[in-house]
Amino acid sequence: MLELYSNPRLLSVVRGAVERLTETLGFPAAQCRSITRAVDEAVSNVVRHAYGNRPDQPIAMYFRRAQRGRQGEIEHGLEILLCDRGPAVDVGKLQGRPLEEIRPGGLGLHFIRQAMDTVEFTRKGPTNRLRLVKYLARASSNGR
Amino acid sequence: MQISARRHDSTTIFDVSGDIDFANSREVRQSVLREVCEGRTSRVVVNLSQVRYIDSSGVASLIEGLKASRDLGSRFILIGLSTSAREVLQLSRLIKVFEIYDNEEQALAS
Repeated sequence: MLELYSNPRLLSVVRGAVERLTETLGFPAAQCRSITRAVDEAVSNVVRHAYGNRPDQPIAMYFRRAQRGRQGEIEHGLEILLCDRGPAVDVGKLQGRPLEEIRPGGLGLHFIRQAMDTVEFTRKGPTNRLRLVKYLARASSNGR
Repeated sequence: MQISARRHDSTTIFDVSGDIDFANSREVRQSVLREVCEGRTSRVVVNLSQVRYIDSSGVASLIEGLKASRDLGSRFILIGLSTSAREVLQLSRLIKVFEIYDNEEQALAS
């Protein structure tokens, strides 16, 4: 678990932690970068949109190993839960901009969705929860 | 993140180092736009060779620099893209929108 405040200066700390974690879990280098980028963008969105750039609001991040069976094989991965106490997110507005448009903004969500296998927004009580999951390449389920 | 500017004939070269993220991309944007909009030079080069990471707000700053340059008839060039920076521009389908060179010599000769 990682608890931090919504200070943008802490983004580098988050990136460092996620980068090391993904490396340790065995993700290929390109996926380490893309997962790190996704988490960085997600936390930036919390700072900007949930907390209106206030730097002293709480953010909690939970990391755990994920696992799923697929076609008789087991895929291991990483699940990240990002929690904030900002106003409820209007999921309908969580749209990245069309990439054909050359203009600033709207790219962060695209980076998140591109990087992760699962991207889920939910609201539980006073908490916005963003669940991100990325699976590694498959391993055999018969113990090999 | 640090950003500094230097001149080479009619070119302004910005040397950027460190990570460009939401905490500091505004500084990049302001520096680049100031240079472009004041029309001091006909070509602006952003040297990203010491930038290991750039997020969507950093990309947005570069897009703003590019658009302002186009509006004013000047050139806006990126050099020295790291793997991560190149990935981000590819993901956002901007890799062919920007004028990109490997290094400063190539950019100045262009």
